Parts: sequence; C-alpha cells; structure tokens
Amino acid sequence: MTNDLVVLAVLMFAVTYPTRALGLLAPGLDRMPKIVVDYLQLVGPAVLAALAAVSVMVIVGDDDVPSFHVGIEWVAVFVSLAIVARRGNLLLGLIAAVAIVAITRAAGLAALPV
Amino acid sequence: MAFSVIVFAGAAQFAAVGYVATGLAWPAIILLTALLNARHLLYSAALAPWLSGVPVGRRAMMAHVLTDESFALTMSHFRRLRRPDERGYWIAAIGAVFIPWNLATLAGVALGAQIPEPARFGIDVIFPAAMIGLAVGLITGRRELVAAIVGAGVGVVAALMASPAVGIVTGGVVGPLVGLLVPARDARETAPLGTVASAERFSLPGAHFDDDDPR
Repeated sequence: MTNDLVVLAVLMFAVTYPTRALGLLAPGLDRMPKIVVDYLQLVGPAVLAALAAVSVMVIVGDDDVPSFHVGIEWVAVFVSLAIVARRGNLLLGLIAAVAIVAITRAAGLAALPV
Repeated sequence: MAFSVIVFAGAAQFAAVGYVATGLAWPAIILLTALLNARHLLYSAALAPWLSGVPVGRRAMMAHVLTDESFALTMSHFRRLRRPDERGYWIAAIGAVFIPWNLATLAGVALGAQIPEPARFGIDVIFPAAMIGLAVGLITGRRELVAAIVGAGVGVVAALMASPAVGIVTGGVVGPLVGLLVPARDARETAPLGTVASAERFSLPGAHFDDDDPR
C-alpha cells in the first residue's frame, strides 16, 4: 500500500510540476489570452468549494449509491468558513469545526460518519 | 510523507488523502490534482519576469517549491524591494513553507496512528473545513465567489447523479465557466499577470504596492 502511494505521489507530481514550471521556463506564457488567465484564476475556488460541498453533503453507502447527507458537519464547516472569512485564520477555523463535531458526537447529538 | 516531499501541494494532498481513504480511483485523483494545481500556472507566469535572470536549472528547481504561500511571500518581498531577490525566494519557499510543511507531516505520521477512532474526535471534518478555508483564501472578487458557489452546487448535484469524483470534476470545470459570465468590475478581478494589480491580488493581507512598475 505504501509503495502504491509513492507511485500515486509521483503521478500527482507529474501533473503538478508542469503547471509550476511552465511559466518560469517557457518565455511568453505571461501573455496568455485573457480568457484563459481569467478561467485559471477561477478553477481553484471552484474545485475547492466542490470538494468541500461534496464531502459534506454526499455520502456513498455500501450499495455504492450516492445520497444526500444532512448532519452536524454542515454546521461545523459553515462555522469554519465564517471564521476564515472574518479572521483570515484557517487553523482557528479548523479547530472550531473539529470541536463542534467532537462535542456533539460525544454528547450523542450527532452520529458518527458511515 | 512522500506526498509532502514529492507533490508538495497542500490542497491536492488533502484531497488525495481523503479520496485514497474512500477508495476513489487513481485517474480521478490525478485529474483532481491537475485541476487543483492549475492555478500554479498563473503564479509561475507572474513570477517569470522577475526571475528571468536566474539560470534555467535553478528556475526548474524553484518551480517545485512554488506554492500559494511561497508565491504570496515572494511577490510581497520583490515588490517591497522593487527588484527580484533569488535568495528571498528560497527563504520563502524552503524556509517558510517546505521545511515546516514536511516537519508537520512527519509529526502527523508519527502521532496520527496513536489516535483511536479519529471520527469520535471530529477529525473527518478537517478535510471539508480545510478545503472551504483554502477556497475562501482564493476568493478575491465576485467572479471567484460565483465560481465557488456554482462549483459547489453543480458538484453536489453531479455527485448525487453519478459519483463524488464526477461531481467534483464537473463542479471544478463548470464553476469557472459560469464565473466568467460575471462582468469584471475593476482591474483587481481580472488583473493581467505581472502587473501591480496582479501582484496586489496575490499579496499578503494588508500589503499595498505603488502604481509605478519598477520593471
């Protein structure tokens, strides 16, 4: 498993490094068409938001069928988002999110993830 | 540990770890990594004019440690000096980001296995909370906000209709397309790379640059 993950890491490097190196090594890339630049600037927020939303709102059961999920994780992620937006402190947001989930689960008010 | 040394991309690592744990297929993980890290193309293109005097071999090494954080630190530093500073780049990228990131990873590897039933402690919520927190850091205008909201909405719908991997990729592709429909209200939202507005866009909070470009 560990060796497999090293292979995965190398494959991830293979798709990451070119995006970092192209601009520095290929002259003129800073003159990309404006529409391409604008699109690339929007990809990061869109992918990250999609990752967060799907992680919190969609669960896949034993039958491999995705279903909509409502839970304390919504509250935790929203509070985290509010803290990061207001204070600009990601660590504080993460601590708050973990605390909300841990306390509610310990008190029996929220279920453990499937 | 290999992820932190070889890939060295926080959001992509978080995503990969989360999806390896849920058994997501590798091609989907690699596609997500490419999408998540596509923004680095902007960073490297913006830094290129500053680092054009650095030998190609060293620029190739610099590329590996180019991250959101090192870019922001470096651009602020170059602007403050009004000239490029290769040593400053290495200090920002290696000293301030690469070494602490890998030390923290090492600590996680050593201590993480000692935590029984991580879900009881809410550890599972770190991934989505971290993703949304990183997204907030990249939202600097109305377009990014729309792209993020649409990406999340489309992602959830597509995930319910197909699978989480399809949902995330669909959200990541469609969100920016809808975001482009929002008219840019000022230069900060569509700042051309290498300009003062572009540098301010990626600078540390509170930083401000003069309008005259030193280059």
